Amino acid sequence: MARYLLIESRDPFDNNDVAFYGELACNLVREGNEVTMFLVQNGVLPTRPCGRSQSLTKLAEAGVKVLADEFSLRERGITVNGLIKGVIAAPLDIVVDELASGTKTIWH
Amino acid sequence: MKALSIIETAYRGTLEEQDDTIVWITHAMKGAGANLDVLLRGNAVNYGVKTQDASGLVFGAERQTQPPRIAEDLAKLVTKGVSVYVVDEDRADRGIEHAALIEGLETIPRVKIAELIGKYDQVWHW
Amino acid sequence: MTTQKTLTFALMDPPYENARSTTALRLIDIAARRGYKINVFAYEGAVNLPFAKQSSHANAVHGRDVDQENHPLPRKWIAALMNEAKSRGGSIDWVNCGLCVDERGAGEAIDGVRRGTPGDFWKMAEASDNTLVIATR
Repeated sequence: MARYLLIESRDPFDNNDVAFYGELACNLVREGNEVTMFLVQNGVLPTRPCGRSQSLTKLAEAGVKVLADEFSLRERGITVNGLIKGVIAAPLDIVVDELASGTKTIWH
Repeated sequence: MKALSIIETAYRGTLEEQDDTIVWITHAMKGAGANLDVLLRGNAVNYGVKTQDASGLVFGAERQTQPPRIAEDLAKLVTKGVSVYVVDEDRADRGIEHAALIEGLETIPRVKIAELIGKYDQVWHW
Repeated sequence: MTTQKTLTFALMDPPYENARSTTALRLIDIAARRGYKINVFAYEGAVNLPFAKQSSHANAVHGRDVDQENHPLPRKWIAALMNEAKSRGGSIDWVNCGLCVDERGAGEAIDGVRRGTPGDFWKMAEASDNTLVIATR
């Protein structure tokens, strides 16, 4: 079992390739890996309850840990209390923690 | 260390650079002894199409003499021992027939990408 | 005693065009404050991040003069990061891809930036605990 950190900087409103990344995350979990998706920049936009946020909740239900960069959330006026189910606000330090511990890290 | 470079963005600056800069850096790293393979996905699957022709660009009296030849660059990577994978659904979505692709590319279904990246120490998504 | 970590970052975006440049520097800042050994391979437009000739300007729309505007200059951020890393026992080895520098005329970089090749990136990655590529779009 390996650890993966998938950093998602794109949002589904602007970019339909976000679906590929969610699919990859689920497939990695299915293969027995521990997967975290870290949303950053506009990648946090679907964390408000909206038409595109269900895919994030489904990721969490599939066993992917879904985190959202605290600064990116605040920059966009998205409150921590208003996040959809399954998404947790987290500091960007987590990315450096994972990099330092050798987690396979991919930026999208 | 074995690395997989995932190339997704296509035709970004390729006319100005006269190549795809990620295919190019892959060549350069391979030449420096790197152990790496390539996965083409998204629009970059089009890079494997044999019939690409970017010749003829002219601005006033400035004529481009070395247009990008991306399919050739990919073929050369294959001859250097780099495995070049192409995501099959991305190929099919874009109406690219297998026969339209250069020799030496290995198609892989999207569902197998997770297994593929597990084989590499580093995965770089360009 | 914790072992010093070594991280390599490959960047591609020029300054001011995308949020990726700032996020990359935020990550490097976190690593610098931890005293890590940090390698940066600046490819394509990213060679302009440490360009020495960046200069500030006023902002008439905001009604601010040069000093008040205090406009960010990535070269200053990078210099500050280099100092931060050094003060914590770490380092930042910033390598600008040479051919990218040539075609962009970005030869004048701040102190601490050196010219290199893709081979340098590979060597950095091999010698690192981990590598993150933040590509452009």
